[in-house]
Amino acid sequence: MPVKRVADPNVRIGVAAVGSGVDLTNVRMAMNPFDEIAVEEAVRMRESGTATQVIAVSIGGPKCVDTLRSALATGVDRALHITTDADLEPLAVASILTPLANELAPDLILMGKQAVDGDNGQTGQMLAAKLGWPQATFASKIEASDGILTVTREVDQGLETIEVDLPCVVTADLRLNTPGFAAISAILKAKKAPIEERAAEDLGMQLSPRLRTLVVGEPPQDRANIKVASVRELLEALATHGLLP
Amino acid sequence: MTVLVIAEHDNSVVADATLRAVTAAEQLGGDVTVLVAGQVCADAANAAARRSGVNQVLCADGPSLGAFLAEPLAELVAAMVAGHLQSRTATFEAIICAANSFGKNLLPRIAGLMDLAMVSDVIAIKSANTFVRPIYAGNAEATVECMEPIKLISVRPTVFDPAPEDGGAAEVVPIDAPPHWTRTRLVQRAEQGSARPDLSSAKIVLSGGRGMQSKENFVILDRVANRLEAAVGGTRAAVDAGFLPNEVQVGQTGKVVAPDLYMAFGISGAIQHLAGIKDSKVIVAINTDENAPIMAAADYCLVADAAAVLVDLEAALGEFGRNDP
Repeated sequence: MPVKRVADPNVRIGVAAVGSGVDLTNVRMAMNPFDEIAVEEAVRMRESGTATQVIAVSIGGPKCVDTLRSALATGVDRALHITTDADLEPLAVASILTPLANELAPDLILMGKQAVDGDNGQTGQMLAAKLGWPQATFASKIEASDGILTVTREVDQGLETIEVDLPCVVTADLRLNTPGFAAISAILKAKKAPIEERAAEDLGMQLSPRLRTLVVGEPPQDRANIKVASVRELLEALATHGLLP
Repeated sequence: MTVLVIAEHDNSVVADATLRAVTAAEQLGGDVTVLVAGQVCADAANAAARRSGVNQVLCADGPSLGAFLAEPLAELVAAMVAGHLQSRTATFEAIICAANSFGKNLLPRIAGLMDLAMVSDVIAIKSANTFVRPIYAGNAEATVECMEPIKLISVRPTVFDPAPEDGGAAEVVPIDAPPHWTRTRLVQRAEQGSARPDLSSAKIVLSGGRGMQSKENFVILDRVANRLEAAVGGTRAAVDAGFLPNEVQVGQTGKVVAPDLYMAFGISGAIQHLAGIKDSKVIVAINTDENAPIMAAADYCLVADAAAVLVDLEAALGEFGRNDP
C-alpha cells in the first residue's frame, strides 16, 4: 500500500524562477489522489473480509507522517514510514519496496497508477517486475476469489478484464472508487496511532540517481483568446484556417 | 546506435501510435529495429517492415504472446537485450514504446526487469540522452538527461508523425517466443466499438463536459461530429455522469489528443483536462461562463450555451456545406 505525498492536484503549480524545478512554496500538499483511491479500495477489501490487514507505506522526509496519518484515518491497520532525504526516482522507490515486500509478504500490493507530480506511472510495474509478480495496471474494478483477482483495466480501447494470481501488484485508476471523507473521530484516533519507522538505507538499496533534470520550464502558451459572437462568426473564423471539411 | 521500438498491433495491423514511435526512434539517430511480438503475427511484421526508417523487424510468434500481456513480453525483451550484450553483437542503446496504455503497461516492467531508469511521455528529443517531458499535468516541462547505458523512453504519440510506407521492405527476422506466463490470464479483450475516427489521430475532436447537461445533447454532438468527420471525446465529469464511455475521456489520465481543431462544449477546463488537449492546433471553447479556465486556453471563445450552439452549428453546417465550391 505505498502512498506518496504530492502537491494538491487541484492547485495550479508554477515554475520556480530559477528554472530548476516547480515552486511548491505555500502549495498545499496532500496524498496522491490515485494512492487515495488505492487506500480506499484496500480498506474496503478488509471491511468485506477479502483482506485481513492493510499496511500503508510512505517513503520520504518527516512530512510523510501526515500522509500516513490520513491513510490511518481512512482505516489502514498499520503505517510504516521509510525515512530518506533523497529525492527518489521511480526505480529507487521500487528498489526500496522490493525487499520490504519480500519481508512483509503481502498477497497484494495496491498503489496509484501514477503520482500527479512527476506523472511517471512507472513504480507499480517496476515493483511487479522486480518481485517477479503479475501486474494489473489501471484497475477500475477488483474482484477477489480463491487466491485470484479478476481485474477490469482501463485501456485505450475501452475495458479489458484479466485474472491474476496472488501475490500481485495492482495499480488504481480513477474509477476504481470514490474516496469518502474520514470521520473526525477517525482523524483524531489516527493522530495518536503509532507509525513505525525504518531508514531507507537499512533496506540495503543503492539509490543514486540515474536521471538528471537539467531545466524545468513553463510550457509554451500562446493562445489568441479571440472572442466570437455567434456560430456563424465562429465557422467563418475556422474556415479561414481551412479547418472545416 | 541501434534503437528498438516495441510494436503494438493486433497481429495484422501495426498501431498508429507505434508508427509515430518509429519516427521518434529515427530522431534519436541510428538504426531502427521493430519488435513485433504476437501470435500468427506475420502480417503485422511485414506491415512494420514496409515503414520508412525501419531497418529490421524482429518477429516473435507464439501462443505465449497471444494475449499481448506485459509479463511475457517484458521477459522476452529483457532476455533479448541481455543476449545481445553477452554476444557483443549490435546492442540496443534505446528501447522505445508509445506512451499509450500498451506502452505504459509494458515499458516500466522492462525497466524493472533490467534495473534501468525510464523516461515517460517524452514530447521532444533533444539528443540521444536528453528528453523533454511534461510534469504536474503539463503545468511544467522538464528537460531530463538519462545517464543509463540503455535509454528506455515512452514517447507521446501525438507529437510525432507516423512513419510512412517508403516502397521498400526491411528484413523480417524470426526470434523465439518466450515461455508461457501462466499467472496472468486475459479474460476479455477491450474492443473499440465506434466506426468513428480514433480520438488520438482524428483531425477534429468535439468534446463535451458537464455543461452539456444531458445525454440527449450528446446525441446532437454526435450528429455534428459525423458531419465534420470528427472524433468525440469528453471530460471526466461527462464520463462519470454516464454521458460517454470511459475510453473517450480526454486529459492527463485519459487520452492525450492533438487534433487540428479541438472544440470544447460546456467544458470548464480543469488542469487535468487541459493537460490532454494543449498540443491541439486550434482550440475553440463554448461555455456560458466567460471566466472559465478553458477560455484562457482557447484560440476562439464563444460565450453561449453549449447545447444551443450545437443546434445552431448543425443547422449552419448544412448550409455551410452547400455553399462550399
